[in-house]
Amino acid sequence: MSATETFYEVIRRQGVTRRSFTKFCSLTAASMGLGATGASNVAHALETNPRVPVIWMHGLECTCCSESFIRSAHPLVKDVVLSMISLDYDDTLMAAAGHQAEAILAETKEKYKGKYILAVEGNPPLNEGGMFCIDGGRPFVERLKWMAQDAAAVIAWGACASWGCVQAAKPNPTQAVPIDKVITDKPIIKVPGCPPIAEVMTGVVTFITTFGRLPELDRQGRPQMFYSQRIHDKCYRRPHFDAGQFVEQWDDQNAREGKCLYKMGCRGPTTYNACSTVRWNNGVSFPIQSGHGCIGCSEDGFWDNGPFYERLSNIHQFGVESNADRIGVAAAATVGVAVAAHAAITALSRVAVKRDDKAPPAVK
Amino acid sequence: MTELTHAADLVAERCRLKKALLDVNPELTQTADIVDSVGERAVVRRTVYVYEAPVRLWHWVNALAMVTLFVTGYLIASPPSSPTGEASAHFQMGYIRFIHFTAGQILAVAMLGRIYWAFVGNSHARQLFYIPFWKGEFWRGALLEARWYAFLEKYPQQYIGHNPLAHLSMFLMSTLGTIFMICTGFALYSEGEGRASWLSHAFGWVFWLFPNSQQVHTLHHLGMWVLVCFTFIHVYAAIREDIMSRQSMISAMISGERQFRDEV
Ligand code: HEM
Ligand code: HEM
Ligand code: SF4
Repeated sequence: MSATETFYEVIRRQGVTRRSFTKFCSLTAASMGLGATGASNVAHALETNPRVPVIWMHGLECTCCSESFIRSAHPLVKDVVLSMISLDYDDTLMAAAGHQAEAILAETKEKYKGKYILAVEGNPPLNEGGMFCIDGGRPFVERLKWMAQDAAAVIAWGACASWGCVQAAKPNPTQAVPIDKVITDKPIIKVPGCPPIAEVMTGVVTFITTFGRLPELDRQGRPQMFYSQRIHDKCYRRPHFDAGQFVEQWDDQNAREGKCLYKMGCRGPTTYNACSTVRWNNGVSFPIQSGHGCIGCSEDGFWDNGPFYERLSNIHQFGVESNADRIGVAAAATVGVAVAAHAAITALSRVAVKRDDKAPPAVK
Repeated sequence: MTELTHAADLVAERCRLKKALLDVNPELTQTADIVDSVGERAVVRRTVYVYEAPVRLWHWVNALAMVTLFVTGYLIASPPSSPTGEASAHFQMGYIRFIHFTAGQILAVAMLGRIYWAFVGNSHARQLFYIPFWKGEFWRGALLEARWYAFLEKYPQQYIGHNPLAHLSMFLMSTLGTIFMICTGFALYSEGEGRASWLSHAFGWVFWLFPNSQQVHTLHHLGMWVLVCFTFIHVYAAIREDIMSRQSMISAMISGERQFRDEV
């Protein structure tokens, strides 16, 4: 497959009809909120732009992003994405292996200098010179920097590449860091989630290949179109939140009736993602719909803001496991007792000492 | 004190006293002049106008808003038990949050007004917003107060404005604490308003510091307990000093005038 073919040529060759193609363009344009002329823009771009070469690298990760990606629901979307881009390197999916595979990296770096997209799943550990993740015989961090040098843009797939995720959770023995800590001179688009929603991933790829630029990003580098609202803002259980009707215990009546999971630790109010609108598995469901609170997997440091089943996060700074209320109540109680004791001593000393004694000797 | 029998002498003596007091401290402008029908003299006490009306108004609005925020904030994190029936028939969490946000807005606007008054008000109105860090006298005073609270000093000090220790804790816990709560509170509030809102532009920087909104919730929550502790100590100290330090405290925050109970 030559990367200079257009996406349209590829899918036609694969037997996708023109009709399906235009349908895809409209759906994509709608999901990205592109407005009336969006669909024809998408179609035009896909018909004329050469396919973008993509290098997909894997650092410390669990491959859940890839797993999600290949389940992109709309059947066409899977074809689209794999045809739209020229996925030249992905050690998990590609047929080539060993030196043959490695050669592709060097070749792409040279041939498409400044034109390819580097998609990164997972992140580099820095401790011990990067020895905790060896890829192709070298520390991953080195290869990552090396491939990033000539990339047009970098996609950070998932919570690992975006924030660090579980391998960067305290105490982070391997010193795993999000990729923007080691790639500092390239535009990076973060698509967090553990994993990110398939349609969000393909949507991002479609946007980049269609328009040749990154979509609008928010202040944390995430695409606005999928990460501008919290799960809580569009959650179908929200009326129960506002009414104050909560699941108080797993398996209680309220749980069966689908009340709000806030008291069970739902992180929907603090999590930016599209789960409550796009949902998962072709829009079948999402965690909250299945009766489990959101764990906030697309948020920075979500592992360190647990426990997942309690509303208040643990605070570890004080040595023992604690949370804001436990610390606060203890502090306030201490102050309360101290104040009472102080008042008692004050009262006693006033009985002992004559009132006038409180005035210093008059200065005449 | 000299027994004064003659009315003229009385007046003369009062004038002399006033003048003497003014020499000592030009801020001391008022002395009591009350004489009852029997000719018994009321004790002459110095009063100083310390807290101007806007400061007093701010204080009580602030205290009210803050206590409301304590209660509703706690309930936001630990909501009361669930009402039964249709969701459409209830708005329990909605009301709690509404009250919290309303009180929050009042607190913030009041703080803006208070900051304005720090510029145009008297010198005591400025105390809340700075620490005379380089003044040895301030730290000595704070130490003296600390010793007084530790029962190591026999005599309390008197101050026209806040005593240095109170000044310090007000600045650190109350002023900085309140500003912290306003910033984090409005940052959280802006999440509901949406990214395009002006609030999000004005307070979004909080998420630069703490990218995960859950962290901001945790800090906002901890901030509450700092302020709760401050309030405990503050109210206790106000009442205690009112009784112990021969100067009015609570009524000073109501009338604005601090009265020193030393008999002249
Ligand atoms: C949440 C509640 C409260 C907060 C945050 C608070 C905060 C403050 C602050 C910041 C000041 C300095 C005022 C200024 O310089 O403008 C102050 C002064 C004062 N407050 Fe409060 N206050 C609270 C509640 C109360 C209550 C309930 C009382 C009454 C018992 C009280 C009595 C006083 C008094 C007497 C002063 C003057 C202290 C002095 O003269 O040095 N406060 N308070
Ligand atoms: C002294 C001042 C304040 C106190 C003590 C206070 C207390 C609290 C507490 C304890 C929470 C629950 C945090 C958690 O999730 O664990 C909370 C939430 C919140 N507060 Fe405040 N707050 C104060 C000021 C403000 C201000 C000025 C605003 C701005 C309008 C504000 C807006 C909010 C918002 C938006 C939430 C989150 C509500 C939600 O998640 O549904 N707060 N506050
Ligand atoms: S279930 Fe979670 S996201 Fe949904 S309304 Fe309740 S707290 Fe919000």
